[in-house]
Amino acid sequence: MSASHEHIHPLTLNDEIRRDTGVIINKCYQCGKCSAGCPVATEMEYPPSLVMRMLQTEDPLHVEKLLKSMTIWLCVSCEMCLTRCPMEIDIPSLMDYMRQKSYRAKKTNPQAKKIIAFHKSFLDSINYTGRLYEMGLIVDYKMRTGAMMQDVAIAPKMFVKGKLNPVPEFIKGRKKIAAIFNKIQDKKEGKL
Amino acid sequence: MKVGFYPGCSMKGGAREYQESVSALAKVFDIELVEIPDWNCCGATAAHNLNKELSLSLPARIMALAEREGISDIVVPCAACYNRLSIVKHELEADKSLSTRVASIIDLKYEGTTQILNIIQFIDKYITDRLEEKVVKPFDYKAACYYGCLLVRPHSILKFDRVEDPQSMDVLVKKAGGDAIDWAYKTECCGAGMSVSRTDTVARLSGNIMKDAVDRAAEVVVVACPMCHSNLDMRRPEINKFLNEKIDIPILYISQVLGLAVGLDAKTLGLNRHMTEVNLPVKPVREIPVAKEPKKVVNTQKLEA
Repeated sequence: MSASHEHIHPLTLNDEIRRDTGVIINKCYQCGKCSAGCPVATEMEYPPSLVMRMLQTEDPLHVEKLLKSMTIWLCVSCEMCLTRCPMEIDIPSLMDYMRQKSYRAKKTNPQAKKIIAFHKSFLDSINYTGRLYEMGLIVDYKMRTGAMMQDVAIAPKMFVKGKLNPVPEFIKGRKKIAAIFNKIQDKKEGKL
Repeated sequence: MKVGFYPGCSMKGGAREYQESVSALAKVFDIELVEIPDWNCCGATAAHNLNKELSLSLPARIMALAEREGISDIVVPCAACYNRLSIVKHELEADKSLSTRVASIIDLKYEGTTQILNIIQFIDKYITDRLEEKVVKPFDYKAACYYGCLLVRPHSILKFDRVEDPQSMDVLVKKAGGDAIDWAYKTECCGAGMSVSRTDTVARLSGNIMKDAVDRAAEVVVVACPMCHSNLDMRRPEINKFLNEKIDIPILYISQVLGLAVGLDAKTLGLNRHMTEVNLPVKPVREIPVAKEPKKVVNTQKLEA
């Protein structure tokens, strides 16, 4: 056998998914248990089983729709789909993969702005202090989204109950944490 | 007895009472919880939603720090942190090259030798055997034990309890003298990290959970996760608005339930910190039934001749 018989094909999206998450898209036989158990399926444009079907077609238009969908951002990573899947397909990891791809390609759905803003505020807090500083997170989130008045009413009660720290806790190794963020951002994943 | 302890961020802020009650309970059973020095946030949902390497590195640093201290068991009372740490441990175990890459990102040696315990595993390993003998005030209430998602899923990695109808917390509540009711929403999602960014979704999901608990006459919901707690407790006004009902039963951490049963007071356990007031009805102390003298049965029937 000569090597010339081997044709090198570029990796398809489904190959990449398999490489990075271990998920084999074609294992899905559309039983629909994931969509039945998904707590947020009713709010999604494409419930989990439909996401699987769309990816099976390998149609670039479908992939584009998914990357721009609200579906991937509404997924709460509750792991119910994986738990009930008779083929044990790790849909939560697939959703993580699609979110990260959508975010890197700047294709995120405009309506997901608040959800992503929350995640970014969350990570910023870790980057600067090493831990999550809840009050900082909320203020940063408000600045990003303009939702200034949201939850303002419960803040005083939380404060009285000792649930809000007025000052952040900085860990000693916060430079080490910042270094982790830097190393990750050097790579193709892009800036967080 | 010393056990490693990873409180996680919420237990230093919004879920302060969870840490207070876990520490108080451990003290009753002579267990010293040793906080992992200079621990960082596990990255939670935000990290794994946006960046895989970050979601692996942050928990790996925590475990590497524990290893450096010679800690073998880490108690992780927050179900979300427990889930992240367990998944990362599993992924790095399965892929050595990934493990090497992550070790270079965090700039620490990582072996993966630590054991990650959730709050119930911790209690079962160190406390359960001695629990019943210490119960002085039975927690005599109908309790709906709510496990949520991240304590039991994914089963292939966590291998903890039954996935659809878990029992471990129910067993503990029963040992504390409670009545753990059978109900349908034990492992349904509360909406998790969407509390701020999609409050409506959280109100619907948490609302359905509370409705089922109350419909089945629960007097209290018992949880083992600060995120579940904040959604069911702090989001109660939104839940009640969604349900168009007034549900006022409290949400207690499992450590608070056991703490009450072994005689700790409400303040030590941080019951005053909940947003939904804890007004558990006072119940008459259950008397141990004493065998009464049997009534003398006078046989009036005369024997027939």
